[in-house]
Amino acid sequence: MAGSGTAHLRDGDDMVIRVEDLTVEFPAKGGNVVHAVSGIRFDVRRGETLGRVRDSGCVKSTTGKAILQLPHPTSGSVQLDGEELTELSRTEMTARRTDIQMIFQDPISSLNPRRTIGKIVAEPLDVWGPKASDEQWALVASILDAVGIDPESAKYKRPHEYSGGQCQRISIARALVMEPKVIICDEPVSALDVSVQAQILNMLEDLKAKYGLTLVFIAHDLAVVKNISDRVAVMYLGKMCEISDSDDLYAKPAHPYTQLLIDSHPEPNPEAVINEAVVLGGEIPSPIFPPSGCRFRTRCEFADEQCANEEPKMAKISDEHYVACHHPLTEVGK
Amino acid sequence: MTRREYRAQGIAGDERHKVHCNHRRTPVNGGTRVYVWQQKKGGVVSSSASNSRALLSVRDLQTHFEVGGHAVKAVDGVSFDVYEGKTLGIVGESGCGKTVLSRSIMGITTASNASTSGSVNYSGTELIGKSKRELRTFWGEEMAMVFQDPMTSLNPVVRIGRQLTEHLRAHKDLSRSDANDLAVQLLTWVRIPEPRERLNNYPHQMSGGMRQRVCIAIALACSPKLLFADEPTTALDVTVQHQILNLLSQQQQERQMGMVLVTHDLGVVATRTDDIAVMYAGKIVEKSSTSALFSEMRHPYTQSLFWSIPKTSEPKHTRLSAIVGRPPNLAALPPGCSFADRCPYVQPICREVEPKLRTIDSHSFACHLPVGSTEGEAALSANISVGLPQSEGAAARREAGQGILT
Repeated sequence: MAGSGTAHLRDGDDMVIRVEDLTVEFPAKGGNVVHAVSGIRFDVRRGETLGRVRDSGCVKSTTGKAILQLPHPTSGSVQLDGEELTELSRTEMTARRTDIQMIFQDPISSLNPRRTIGKIVAEPLDVWGPKASDEQWALVASILDAVGIDPESAKYKRPHEYSGGQCQRISIARALVMEPKVIICDEPVSALDVSVQAQILNMLEDLKAKYGLTLVFIAHDLAVVKNISDRVAVMYLGKMCEISDSDDLYAKPAHPYTQLLIDSHPEPNPEAVINEAVVLGGEIPSPIFPPSGCRFRTRCEFADEQCANEEPKMAKISDEHYVACHHPLTEVGK
Repeated sequence: MTRREYRAQGIAGDERHKVHCNHRRTPVNGGTRVYVWQQKKGGVVSSSASNSRALLSVRDLQTHFEVGGHAVKAVDGVSFDVYEGKTLGIVGESGCGKTVLSRSIMGITTASNASTSGSVNYSGTELIGKSKRELRTFWGEEMAMVFQDPMTSLNPVVRIGRQLTEHLRAHKDLSRSDANDLAVQLLTWVRIPEPRERLNNYPHQMSGGMRQRVCIAIALACSPKLLFADEPTTALDVTVQHQILNLLSQQQQERQMGMVLVTHDLGVVATRTDDIAVMYAGKIVEKSSTSALFSEMRHPYTQSLFWSIPKTSEPKHTRLSAIVGRPPNLAALPPGCSFADRCPYVQPICREVEPKLRTIDSHSFACHLPVGSTEGEAALSANISVGLPQSEGAAARREAGQGILT
C-alpha cells in the first residue's frame, strides 16, 4: 500500500469526481509537516458509491473535506464534472458546493440545537433556493417526508426532541435539499445502534436511487462499507492501498493491510477463526514521519528491502481491481 | 437463633450481624424449632453442583432511577451466573441497561436517585447492601473493571506509573520500588514496548490502543478473579480492537478469571464468549451458550438484531432487515412484552401478558411466540399476510429463500 500511480483511474465522460495527486499537509510543531494525504488519485462514476475504509489516523475525513476544498488542499487537482475546483475563487467555490454536500459523523452536534428543524433544513435554501417561505416549506416538507420524518410535527421542533437516528435523517434531509450531485458521507452510521444503522443504510440506498445521487461513503466498519459500496478504496496513512469492486475486494484481498482489516473484523459467527497471533504491532506510525517506501511496511509480514526503498505503484490484478504492493497476496500464493 | 446457638456454630458477634442482614430464617418441619439458612431472594441460590463453581450469582437485580416521580427501570430483574475461567457476553443496544447492570454489580452506581435491590452473591458473599468501604476490599483484588473510553478513564495529569501503582500500594502494602517493578511487569503482560520508560508518560503521550492496554493492566494489577469489560473496544479501530480482545482472552485464560464482556456488537461476542445474555429494555430476553444462541435463536429480538447487521459474507447492496422504530422509554414501559411494537411475530397476547423467562435445555428466552416454534411461525405468517410493517424484513427474507442464519 502506501502507493501511488494512475493505473486505477478510468476514462470516460461519466466521471463525476476525479481527484489527482491530492496532497494535504498541515504544519506541526518544530517546523515539521503532518502528511495527512499524500498524492492520492481516484475517480467516482455517476451514480456510483465509492466506499473508503481506514483506521483512524489514516485521515480519510481529510480526504472528504479536501474534495469540498475545506481546507484547500496543499496541491493536486479535484474535478467535479470536469470543472477544476482547486482553481475556483472563494465565491465561485461557495456556489459549486451546492453540488457537493456532506453528512457528518455525529448527528446531534452537527445540528444547531437552538434552531427548529424547519429552519435547519431550509437554511441552504435561504442562500441558494427560493426565498418565499411557502415555496421553501413545500420543498423542505417533501424532503423530510422522503427521509421518514413527519414534516408537520418537525417544523417547530428542535434537535434535542429527536433521537440520534432521527437527527441523522434530518442531516441527510439538509444535504438533499440542495439537490446535490454528490454526497460525502463521513462515518454517517458509526454513532448509531445497529438496528438504526440498518434503517439509515437502507434509506441511503433508496434515496440514491430516487435522486440519482453519487456517494462517497467513508467508514471504518468493513461490513457497512461492503454493503453500500460499488467500489471500495482502502487507505493507509494518507496513501491508497487497494481499490476494487467491493465483492472482489472481500473475496480476494490483495494488499496485506486489506487482509489485516478483514481478519480483524468481528463477524457474528461463532465458528469464525480468530487470528490469535495479532496482539502487538498495531500502532500506526506518525504521519509526521511516515516510513519510507511503502508506508505499511512497518506492520507488514512480507516487507523486505524493496518495500523500504521503493514506493509501490498501483498495478492491475484483474478487471477493476488494483493494488499498490510489491508483494500482493495474490502472488505470494495466499 | 439464640446467642448460645450462635456460639455453638462458632459465629462471632459482628459476623452474626452480617448473617442477620443477609439471611432470613424459615421454619421447616411444620414449625418445630429447626431452622435452615436461606438466601433472601428465592431459592435459586441453593447448593446445587453447578452453583459451587459460580463465581458470581446475580438474582433478580433491579436498579431503578427516580426521575420526575417516575422510576426509570434501567435494570429490571436480571439473573445470571458467571463461572471461573468462563466468559459471559452481555449484548444489547444503547439504553438497554447493560452498563448500569455491570456498574450495579460492582457497586459503583453513583447517582443519588438510584436504588438497587436483589442479590449479587460473589463467592458466597452478598454484595448488595454493603457500604463503599466494605466494597473497597473487593474492588481490585476480587473484581475489576475495564471501561469503555480509555481517553477519559485515565487521569490526564497523573503519570501512567502512579496510576498503575496507586492501588497496588494501597492493597498490597508494597514499597514504591517494588510497586514500580510490578508495574513494569504488568505493562509487559499487556505488550507495551519499553515499559519502564512508559511509566513516566502521561496518558496524552499514548495512543488510544496503548491507553486501553494501560487500563487493562490497572484492572489486572491485583489479580482479580472476576473482570468486567464494559465495551472495552468501542472507541478503538478495528485492527486495535482485534488486538485488545485477543489480549483480554489470553489473560483471562492464563489467570482463569471469570469475565463479563459487555458490548453492543454481536460480532465481538460470537467468537470470544462461552455464554451470551441478550438484554432489551432492562431485562434479559435470551440467554444460552454462545454456540446454541447462534445456531438456534429463540427470541425475535436476537434474531432481528442479527438480521440487521451487515455481514462481509453477503454480496454488496444486500438489503438489510432493519428493526422498525426504536427502543421504548424505560420510564413508561408498555404492558406486556417491551419488544412488542417492533417485533415481526407480535400477537395480541404480547401486548397484554409479560412473557416470563423460561428455560428449555439450558436455553432461556422470554417470549410467548419463540422463533422456530409452530406458534411463532404461525404468528409470523399471519403478520406477513396482513402486511404488518415490522414483518416486512422477515417477509423479504422469506421471499429470497434466506434461512434464519444467513
